[in-house]
Amino acid sequence: MLELNHVSKLFNPGTPDEKIALIDIQLKLNPGDFVTVIGSNGAGKSTLMNIISGVLKPDLGDVKIGGTSISHLPEFQRSRWIGRVFQDPMAGTAPTMTIEENLAMAYRRGKPRGLSWGVSAARRKLFREQLQRLGLGLENRLKAKVGLLSGGERQALSLLMATFTKPDILLLDEHTAALDPARAELITRLTESIVREMKLTTLMVTHNMEQAIRLGNRLIMMDKGRIILDIPENRKRDLTVPQLLAEFERISGHKLADDRVVLG
Amino acid sequence: MFQSLTGAVELGLMYALLALGVYITFRILDFPDLTVDGSFATGGAIAAVMISHGYEAWIATLAAFAGGLAAGACTGLLHTKGKINGLLSGILMMIALYSINIRIMGKPNVSLINADTLFSPIDSVTWKYILVLAIVVFAIKLLLDAFLHTDKGLALRATGDNNRMIRSFGGNTDNATILGISLSNGLVAISGALIAQDSGFADVTMGVGMIVIGLASVIIGEAILGTRGVFWTTFAVVIGSIVYRIVLALAYRAEWLKLKSTDLKLITALIVIVALVIPTIRRHYKQKSNARKRTAELAVSARGKGGI
Ligand SMILES: Nc1ncnc2c1ncn2[C@@H]1O[C@H](COP(=O)(O)OP(=O)(O)OP(=O)(O)O)[C@@H](O)[C@H]1O
Ligand SMILES: [Mg+2]
Repeated sequence: MLELNHVSKLFNPGTPDEKIALIDIQLKLNPGDFVTVIGSNGAGKSTLMNIISGVLKPDLGDVKIGGTSISHLPEFQRSRWIGRVFQDPMAGTAPTMTIEENLAMAYRRGKPRGLSWGVSAARRKLFREQLQRLGLGLENRLKAKVGLLSGGERQALSLLMATFTKPDILLLDEHTAALDPARAELITRLTESIVREMKLTTLMVTHNMEQAIRLGNRLIMMDKGRIILDIPENRKRDLTVPQLLAEFERISGHKLADDRVVLG
Repeated sequence: MFQSLTGAVELGLMYALLALGVYITFRILDFPDLTVDGSFATGGAIAAVMISHGYEAWIATLAAFAGGLAAGACTGLLHTKGKINGLLSGILMMIALYSINIRIMGKPNVSLINADTLFSPIDSVTWKYILVLAIVVFAIKLLLDAFLHTDKGLALRATGDNNRMIRSFGGNTDNATILGISLSNGLVAISGALIAQDSGFADVTMGVGMIVIGLASVIIGEAILGTRGVFWTTFAVVIGSIVYRIVLALAYRAEWLKLKSTDLKLITALIVIVALVIPTIRRHYKQKSNARKRTAELAVSARGKGGI
């Protein structure tokens, strides 16, 4: 489904600030894979997501979706295949627009935007049904401005917006990190059920070790721009957090340093 | 008195399209577009030249709209594709349009005395004049509202609101920006065309300061009626334009103020400054008084507990 071949990315090449963000990344996601990604601060996790979504262009290497190279496509064209939820709850929605208008924009993901009504009666019905799945009562607030919602509500809406049109790839970059534990748990539960139900091919960065083990069918560990460990489903099932940390230390030679790390 | 008020309403309606244009760039796209000063005169120039060459007035007005669209599109291209700072893109186009407008007219001004304009058939009856203008302006307002609720319009609004978000859903923010600025200047140009036909001439300097007048209308309208949704806000902007003209008319009538017609731009700038500064001051004092109240509460409860 998703394929990265020898992808490398340098920041500020040739200057004293030169930073290797990704070096020779090889990664292949099969359809329906739900991969969790962990790693220290600055390991290159966000860079990896940005390269897949087209926010950044790799210096070397190629990104393929469904076998065709998309490396030359700008961000907005790649969203035909890719749904995203950002870490910042403010980032995924338009605050001065209503809930239904936000959903209408998400509904046209990757499709041409013409002069038909953004929120038609038929679409509104669909939006209401979809919002019910969140269980937050947002289906009764279709005309509320999204800026009035709490961080958790906005993130739940972002998640719905990114997924209800069934993207080929779903990218989640620490999308629960800015929320308090209770809300983070809510979003995690929603993520799990949506991904399972829709069989979305998903790449999820998390700083929550327990979550990284519990969710998905594969776990990737990153350090200093490399993928240092790729744990398949059968091994991941019996993994514990201490084992995972020990494994990280053994391979990378240092402790997992993450200012937001949650062990579980 | 009555006459100067109806005159103000007429002018307010004609300038309302300018205000709607400024609303699109400043408020919806969050793009401070200064092309307006040039494109307003472009609209006037195109309409005046065509009408004085015998074209139907409505064709001339449509052509003015097209000229404004083109001017705005250029600014949009400079900013999005040429990566030129937004303010500078507008200023560059404004300056370029000065020369272009003289080229269009062949001289610095064109007279429309005795020509058949849009207003010729209704000229003598004031209430008809106002009614027709009001219908036209509100029809355009409604079309704009409708557009802003289509898929394309939503993407345009999101571009100003959160362009990262709309890009992540496949919206082409560059195209949306170009479209928005273009549409804005198209409306501004129609406004210029109407003013030229109403006043009987187009002049290359007729656009000077239009950006501030448009902004004043937007701010006044929002201050009076608030900003609840697109439909309401565009209405507020139209009303703002009319109120602005009425305020000016009243100011001129107050003889003790000894205003000259050339003071117009100064007054406009003052209105905008006051409208921008008052909310800031109000917020400042509100915060201060809130802080004082809250501290007083805490101090009292601390004393109640026997102090620290
Ligand atoms: N725009 C940029 N300019 C320069 N350096 C950058 C830029 N973005 C990221 N980097 C650097 O690239 C490296 C990888 O950053 P990245 O954001 O991908 O890490 P991360 O794994 O997401 O870390 P975190 O856990 O803190 O989110 C870091 O060293 C970072 O400082
Ligand atoms: Mg990151």
